[in-house]
Amino acid sequence: MGSQGGFGQSKEFLDLVKSIGEARSKAEEDRIVLNEIETLKRRIIEPDIPKRKMKEYIIRLVYVEMLGHDASFGYIHAVKMTHDDNIVLKRTGYLAVTLFLNEDHDLIILIVNTIQKDLKSDNYLVVCAALNAVCRLINEETIPAVLPQVIELLGHSKEAVRKKAIMALHRFHQKSPSSVSHLISNFRKRLCDNDPGVMGATLCPLFDLISNDVNSYKDLVISFVSILKQVAERRLPKSYDYHQMPAPFIQIKLLKILALLGSGDKQASENMYTVISDIIRKGDSSSNIGNAILYDSICCAASIYPNPKLIEAAADVVAKFLKSDTHNLKYMGIDALGRLIKLSPQIAEQHQLAVIDCLEDPDDTLKRKTFKLLYKMTKSSNVEVIVDRMIEYMISISDDHYKTYIASRCVELAEQFAPSNHWFIQTMNKVFEHAGDLVNVKVAHNLMRLIAEGFGEDDDAADSQLRSSAVESYLRIIGEPKLPSVFLQVICWVLGEYGTADGKHSASYISGKLCDVAEAYSDDVTVKAYATSALMKIYAFEMAAGRKVDLLPECQTLIEEMLASHSTDLQQRAYELQALTGLDRQAVEAIMPQDASCEDIEVDKNLSFLNDYVQQSIERGAQPYIPEDVRAGMGEMSNFRGQDKHEPSHHVLRFEAYELPKAPPPSKAAPVSIASSTDLVPVPEALYSRESQQISSAASASEAGSSGLKLRLDGVQKKWGKPTYSSPTPSSTSESSSQKPVNGMTQVNGASAVNSRVRESYDSRKAPVEISPEKQKLAGLLFGGSSKPERKSSAGHKAPKANASAADRSQESKTAGASNEAVAEKTNHQPPPDLLDLGEPTVTTDPPSVVDPFKQLEGLLDSSPGPTIDHSAGATAKVPDIMSLYGGTTTGEQSTSGGYSIPVSGEGNLLSGLSNAAAGGAPGEMTFTSSQSVKGPNAKDSLEKDALVRQLGVNPSSQNPNLFKDLLG
Amino acid sequence: MIKAVLVLNTQGKPRLAKFYEFRPVEKQQELIRNVFSVLCSRAENVSNFVDAESIYGQDARLVYKHFATLYFVFIFDSSENELAMLDLIQVFVETLDKCFRNVCELDVVYNYSKMHSILDEIIIGGQVLETSSTEVIKAIEELSRLEAASNSINLVPKSVSGWRAR
Repeated sequence: MGSQGGFGQSKEFLDLVKSIGEARSKAEEDRIVLNEIETLKRRIIEPDIPKRKMKEYIIRLVYVEMLGHDASFGYIHAVKMTHDDNIVLKRTGYLAVTLFLNEDHDLIILIVNTIQKDLKSDNYLVVCAALNAVCRLINEETIPAVLPQVIELLGHSKEAVRKKAIMALHRFHQKSPSSVSHLISNFRKRLCDNDPGVMGATLCPLFDLISNDVNSYKDLVISFVSILKQVAERRLPKSYDYHQMPAPFIQIKLLKILALLGSGDKQASENMYTVISDIIRKGDSSSNIGNAILYDSICCAASIYPNPKLIEAAADVVAKFLKSDTHNLKYMGIDALGRLIKLSPQIAEQHQLAVIDCLEDPDDTLKRKTFKLLYKMTKSSNVEVIVDRMIEYMISISDDHYKTYIASRCVELAEQFAPSNHWFIQTMNKVFEHAGDLVNVKVAHNLMRLIAEGFGEDDDAADSQLRSSAVESYLRIIGEPKLPSVFLQVICWVLGEYGTADGKHSASYISGKLCDVAEAYSDDVTVKAYATSALMKIYAFEMAAGRKVDLLPECQTLIEEMLASHSTDLQQRAYELQALTGLDRQAVEAIMPQDASCEDIEVDKNLSFLNDYVQQSIERGAQPYIPEDVRAGMGEMSNFRGQDKHEPSHHVLRFEAYELPKAPPPSKAAPVSIASSTDLVPVPEALYSRESQQISSAASASEAGSSGLKLRLDGVQKKWGKPTYSSPTPSSTSESSSQKPVNGMTQVNGASAVNSRVRESYDSRKAPVEISPEKQKLAGLLFGGSSKPERKSSAGHKAPKANASAADRSQESKTAGASNEAVAEKTNHQPPPDLLDLGEPTVTTDPPSVVDPFKQLEGLLDSSPGPTIDHSAGATAKVPDIMSLYGGTTTGEQSTSGGYSIPVSGEGNLLSGLSNAAAGGAPGEMTFTSSQSVKGPNAKDSLEKDALVRQLGVNPSSQNPNLFKDLLG
Repeated sequence: MIKAVLVLNTQGKPRLAKFYEFRPVEKQQELIRNVFSVLCSRAENVSNFVDAESIYGQDARLVYKHFATLYFVFIFDSSENELAMLDLIQVFVETLDKCFRNVCELDVVYNYSKMHSILDEIIIGGQVLETSSTEVIKAIEELSRLEAASNSINLVPKSVSGWRAR
């Protein structure tokens, strides 16, 4: 033992670690570990193992399991070890058990008793070990067994025990709030504990409690504020300081709690303003932890009832974060900015360049955070740039999870803010092309519906133009290899519906393309089905137009192939197509009317045409149909039963009386599948569940009496299932036509033109600031000029989404004069001069000089009438401001490359990393600096270690004895 | 709440893995692999934060710090502050450093159980319990004393100790 010094393990274990470290492949490592498992299996059951040896075996088991191998054969030995009287062994046992077992494991029941005993121990270390285990191993059923002891320990004399007891109680609350709901007052009580550490620990459960139910804790606002004040004023003992900050983790928790309590509550918030602004003012932005506190104070300031001064202070801090060189702070800055722009959108403008820098940063995390921010500030004036950026990024990444996420965001933004239909279709094409398999199918259906229904009900020309542009784009894309299935479905559908509509393409050309698709993706049944239907439509339209139709030879072979297909769906479609070609013109017109995709199909949900038939059957003695909600009740009942049978099989002991029956939620999703086991159920339970069923389905009260009989039928009833026909999607046009357009096009153009003015004058002055023109351009596009339209479009944010957006857009694309409502609404937000302009928007026309640079910049926006003199005058007044901002931000920007380096130098010493990260500390860091200064004398220490390792046969690979990179790798 | 604490070396081998929500062993391994593949693809001088939703599920964030041959990784949800977590890693490593005097990867490997004890003092049930490394050291030293004492008892032959127990 002596020779192994501090390591405390046998040579065997060290050898194991070493050989695993030296393993060259995963296979070799697995072999070694499997070997080890065999050895352990053999050794561990030997009689009379010395306890210390046993302890090491357990540790080795834990190690083996960490490497991903099954060590379950040793679990029982770990459990046994928790029974040991020796505290060291006991702790090892608890450690292993907490790592091995989950709270529902069968062996837990063997430990509960030990835990109960240990919680009463005189030795506080034993109690602590037991509390550790309690946090991890106690589940809902075993809580009552240990609860009384834990409550008692809340008043223990050692603060370490009190702290852990609070945590245990908190854990209980997380697991099963109902079982400790009567004990919650204990948390409040412990908040006044003499020991600040215990008080700090109480904040964790209180935070959870408050986030669930804010209102019952409003009375604590004053206490929290005063605690925070005391902490911030360094009234706590010095030992709570961390890097010279007084108890920072407590401060952070308190700020988070205050943010919850003050949200939307003016009165509560007013109590907090002073202390929060104090913290921000005194904040130390040189250390990491100081910034953490600052960040949380910003979050708090943004969450509580807004106070202009506080927001201003917070914005200053955000500026500091964004100008910082370290990525961490930039990240926090972007996040905080996202919180603040909700309150005052103009803050973002001040940081446009910083935001763009973050967007172009190589750091993925930062990029994604920035996209989140951009998503929040998207409006119709900048949607094109933002979505383009997003798509660009989407194409570049391979992480499917994030790709899905960003694709859905793109779709959402495009649906909400699209400036033109053409752009919308192009954007959707791009999204589908690159992430087609990841986006929701609904999106595809939306797109099809949009193309079908058109965008303006009274403008057929625009609709058909849009359709033919969609057809053109699809014909272009269709040749590309490997398109996602969903996208192909859309393409096929659109080509079938509108491919020949404008007469540009012949039926044979389109059908040839469709056949190509069906052939190229021959193993995708859905695509094939779509292609077949499209073919059918094309031919039907041709015949309806009175033209002679010849099936292409490839189409003929396709049909023949599908007639023999294994998929009945494809077969049917093929037969239908074949039959259709044999019909005459009138019949075809009736079957496949042109452009009828948006007609509503009436579905008789009640199937009333079957009433006679049902009546006859009942008269002949058939069982009547049981409505679904009644059946759902039955399902629920069997569900109860299922649970009751289920749980005891895991845990034989119950520590508490059965719960009172809860009224089942009225959900219809209750599984009916277990219903067949009805007969096994003991009678009283069936009664009890039937009772609750009555509660749930009051509608069927009269039937409930006879439900006993019907119960046995549910195996049969199940066959009916849910109604399989799909209800027709309500056409969105009728719904959305009542929506008031919120965003006038004139508005949008005004904003961007203003922006171009700004650019113009900026260029002419040739300010001596070096920012790459692309960046400026991007900034201009993103942050688009004055704040007036911005305010306006932030209202647009709240405009009804997706479904209604089509109509919105269509309205948007027309000139503002078209709808009086839009003007009326605008007047609410705009100063008088604008109102005048908007009143007669058709009179003001674009001066060409404005349109040109504007087009240069954006290229995409249509030049519909818009900007007015008043607008641009207001904007030019703003120019100097923006200029100075450009100047201000560059200084920060240029020093970006400074870098924040955690040295990973050849010195394998962790301390080198440590010292740097914590640099900037002064005397308060005594502990830390001292350990660094020990480094010299410590060489001796290292040498000893080295010698020891040599003894064990380990060869260090470099001069520095502490470095074992190669070896352990 | 903190969901998991991982210590990996630069080759992707786990040196310490502690999960505060139960995960089956295979899931743990998968997670460790995924975390490592994310970490080793990150350049130097970038932020210490990673969005862990694709790795761990909804609302998960990850903070890591690279020390010599080791990555220290904390996974947690939105109720924690990223910068604070970064400092918690700092606390953890500082504590280790004080415990082992110039901690290196070998210490971490060979003092597996001690690592766990230290971590248990800092985090319990996924909540930050103690952030002062001095306090943690105190608790750990108390344990070590006990351990030393019990080791000496254990040196007494088993038969004798069995007799003493009676």
